[in-house]
Amino acid sequence: MSPREIFALRDYLSAELIGRTLSDAHDCVSLTDILSQTVLGGRLRELSGRAVLLKLSDQLRSGLAMIELDGIARRMLLCPPDLNPAYLDALIADAEIDAIVTDEPDRWTDTGVSLVVTAQLPLQATAPVSTERATEWLMLTSGTSGVPKIVGHTLEALTGAIVAEGPARGPAPVWATFYDIRRYGGLQIFLRAVLSGGSMVLSDPHEALGDHVARLNARGVSHISGTPSHWRKLLMSGAAAQFAPGYVRLSGEIADQAVLDGLKAAFPNSSVGHAYASTEAGVGFAVNDGLEGFPANYLGNRNGVEMKVVDGSLRIRSTRTAHAYIGRNAAALTDDDGFVDSGDIVELRGERYYFVGRRGGIINIGGLKVHPEEIEAVINRHPDVRMSRAKSRKSPITGGIVVADVILADGTDQARVKEIRDQILDQCRAQLASHKVPAVIRFVEALDVTPAGKLARTDA
Amino acid sequence: MSVRSKVIEAIQQIAKEQHVTLPALSDDLSLHETGFDSLAFAILVARLEDETGVDPFTISEDVAFPATVGDFVRAYENVPA
Repeated sequence: MSPREIFALRDYLSAELIGRTLSDAHDCVSLTDILSQTVLGGRLRELSGRAVLLKLSDQLRSGLAMIELDGIARRMLLCPPDLNPAYLDALIADAEIDAIVTDEPDRWTDTGVSLVVTAQLPLQATAPVSTERATEWLMLTSGTSGVPKIVGHTLEALTGAIVAEGPARGPAPVWATFYDIRRYGGLQIFLRAVLSGGSMVLSDPHEALGDHVARLNARGVSHISGTPSHWRKLLMSGAAAQFAPGYVRLSGEIADQAVLDGLKAAFPNSSVGHAYASTEAGVGFAVNDGLEGFPANYLGNRNGVEMKVVDGSLRIRSTRTAHAYIGRNAAALTDDDGFVDSGDIVELRGERYYFVGRRGGIINIGGLKVHPEEIEAVINRHPDVRMSRAKSRKSPITGGIVVADVILADGTDQARVKEIRDQILDQCRAQLASHKVPAVIRFVEALDVTPAGKLARTDA
Repeated sequence: MSVRSKVIEAIQQIAKEQHVTLPALSDDLSLHETGFDSLAFAILVARLEDETGVDPFTISEDVAFPATVGDFVRAYENVPA
């Protein structure tokens, strides 16, 4: 048995680098000589074979450090910006971290980790190095409570869908995402930009949406991804009018028909597609027919991704899934047959499966199980609605009732609000079981979105 | 608008939404005879809480759920301001 050739990010960056950039709101780094430059102050050798915690305050240096460390470090753990510092000790122990890459070295002087490397810009010149090993990529789940789980990937698994699609046709894409690249959805886009010969424009959590879109335009972004919540916010902002990307991608939450139609109307010359992926299950599939849900014939084995539905939940087995949860008390990531249970509940209607919600997100309405997403999808179909959130509220009579917070389109005539409320309720009564129809509809100005770009569901 | 008329209006609105044909609403009418099911009452209590700021059935543990329309209205009228 001969060993397989190991590819690291640097091996995808050896040719045709001229004109390619990685940029954020403050800096723009040329990829032209990237392999003979260092963001680690020339200290990469010290990190060879180490388990590295990547804890940086910005995505740009994080991305550059990933390019440098991949193929050299034994493993690297990507910390998203909103990680609760209280969990760091547990994560360091579970991932057996023995080196830190940070831009705040003073904060690490008293920890048990003795090797601390500072990531800094501008880049410095260094001698290029060769790939030594397949680095294990560790990512954190974006669950809402407790220490996040550490999910182990390889670059091969992370890039499986990208390699399968082959090189992009036409001019090299300029990628952007509303996600942070230290989360699965954002990392996919970063890896696409590295592998596909293009450039990438990073997001900045402190930047106003209008400024962000102006920057996307100025850098000629052609391909962009985000969650449905990210996209709804963009559609509401009015900033979409100046933007004309060629490809618009949704993932991370259920893409309902309303948001797909809204994007198609806002970007009539773009292709709009939604992808199904999760940190654990990897990239499952992309849907490009403009419709919510996915064709029933995606089940079974399709392009090396096997899917089945067990107890309503989608299960996936492929070479793109994570290989394990990492840590002392880590649970099994797959079932006995190697399938990852996504916890995403689907329902077959006709020839298509539709996502109805998360198994963990069920709300209890008088003893009946309700997926809030299913209610939101119906409310969002009203043409004056931009975004909505359904939740349960305690009731002294039935234990719980459904209430909904709704954001109306900008400039909706206040005189029509009562009429719109009645229309939404009529729509819900026509399409939902009676206990799922909101008892109370409240019109609000904004709905919270988590740092991971998902609608905040604090009570779910 | 008086508390009583707010309650009556909310009952009529929910009856319309739920396609319930209400009999004449007198104080003596038992709540059972209104044709409301528990979901309709749950909606009524939630809406009145939003409108009046009180839910008399949650505030006090020993408040029995009223038996008649009149009891129901009084539960809202008797809430201390």
